[in-house]
Amino acid sequence: MSMQQDWDIPPPPDQRVADPAAFKGIVVEGVSKSFGPKVVLDGADLLIHKGETLVIIGRSGEGKSVLLKHIVRLLDPDAGRIWVEGSDVQTLDDGPLMELRRKFGFLFQGAALFDSMTICQNIGLALEEHTDWPAAKIRARACECLAQVGLVGAEDKLPSELSGGMKKRAGLARAIVMEPQYILYDEPTTGLDPITSDAINDLIIQLQKDLGVTSVAVTHDMPSAFKIADRIAMLSKGRIVFTGTVDEVRTTTHPMVRQFIEGRSQGPLGTF
Amino acid sequence: MKTLLAAIGRAVTNSLDGAGKGVLLLRAILLQTPHAWRMRREILEQMQIVAIGSLPVVVVTSIFVGAVTAVQGVYQMQAYVPMKFLGTVISKSVFIELGPVLMALVVGSRLCANYAAELGSMKVTEQLDAMTIMAIDPNRYLAMPRFWASVLMMPVLTVFCDLIAVLGGYATSVLTLEVTSGVFIEGLQMFYKHSDLLGGLIKSFVFGGIIAMSGIYYGFNTRGGAEGVGRSTMTAVVGSCLSVLVADYLLAIILFQIVFEST
Repeated sequence: MSMQQDWDIPPPPDQRVADPAAFKGIVVEGVSKSFGPKVVLDGADLLIHKGETLVIIGRSGEGKSVLLKHIVRLLDPDAGRIWVEGSDVQTLDDGPLMELRRKFGFLFQGAALFDSMTICQNIGLALEEHTDWPAAKIRARACECLAQVGLVGAEDKLPSELSGGMKKRAGLARAIVMEPQYILYDEPTTGLDPITSDAINDLIIQLQKDLGVTSVAVTHDMPSAFKIADRIAMLSKGRIVFTGTVDEVRTTTHPMVRQFIEGRSQGPLGTF
Repeated sequence: MKTLLAAIGRAVTNSLDGAGKGVLLLRAILLQTPHAWRMRREILEQMQIVAIGSLPVVVVTSIFVGAVTAVQGVYQMQAYVPMKFLGTVISKSVFIELGPVLMALVVGSRLCANYAAELGSMKVTEQLDAMTIMAIDPNRYLAMPRFWASVLMMPVLTVFCDLIAVLGGYATSVLTLEVTSGVFIEGLQMFYKHSDLLGGLIKSFVFGGIIAMSGIYYGFNTRGGAEGVGRSTMTAVVGSCLSVLVADYLLAIILFQIVFEST
């Protein structure tokens, strides 16, 4: 008996556009990715509109981070294509790809701060590499970003001297230093206490207001998703199975989404 | 039988795949070399790590290499060969073979482990991805400075090794083996050829490249967590040592049977 019959799962949302090259935003079209025998993405389709905050939810190990890394070509898909502002990411040569990446900020799950550098050096590295600014100006800009994320005074500390929440905030400061048009957040609140999580959520919302960026966050933290999202997409079994606004997610009868947001072990998503 | 053939096939395929990826990495590093001036601070920093950090081990290794060569030389020569050739034996052994090869094995292992562990840790903690997202090419920022630091500093360390080993051999010979200073120095000068020293330096230049490539390649291709970093480090060091020994044989043929023989 199929899962469809068991749980009455609606068909996946239509996430394709006729002309991806003309779409102002990000188009993920039929992306598949396997690691050895494990199929992580299996023809995932997703549209990310310019200026919105899209949150991708799903169980751990479902490929949310993998999908995020495909957008900036940290990973190459086995099949499918990704367009960012009309450019097919897979066909870009090194130069244009680097230019495209400069439009992105990325907050990694573990912050991924360079542990041999101070926080100021971490944040200033991109400016050092891509501008001819003098050191004093780079430091001033790094301090400004640290102030934005509430980390004044941490400039000369090493990442090992910071707590988990402070590392995330420093990672966020590094992600925004080049004033990106897109910010990708990989599990921005995972592993943090509720108060620090909420502070990070507020920061994400504030940055959205201040910078007007397009944001994509992956998380399985539903309070965080509800707080920061304009739209939520759910990834399951390698595909986007649902997209909708926060209100639509709250009221949907989609069995997968309901099981996930209610945190039930019984349902179409299974337990393990 | 099928299983054995499949295993052999897999091993060959993996080796060729690794070799191909290694060549592509080397190409990528060489293509970043025009940025060397811009990266001079990082290159100098890495050269300092290679040279200053390795000096104690270079000094200790070299003294004992010279001393052991002297003791073995005297033991082998005592009944058949005049002691005036002891200096010749020590200098030729050290310049041509012991200096470059031991430096590549001792200092190279230290360096290779350093590169593989450092870059491997960066890989598994997504620091390399973070760098890539910032539109900074890890081949330029991390690999190229390490590669050239190793390639340029290995010959320098080998010269140090040659000098200290000869001094070690001299001290051992004069102080404990009843060889006079004059006899030892006469032997040193007797059959000295620039090509011996030059050949050793060319070897160490190539070994520097092999060591760096092994450390960088396995570091960049680390998978898993702490265990993966350990595995990469171990594989890098073993790969580097074996490659150095194979390259030593090939270079011995190329340099001393073809190039210097014909000049």
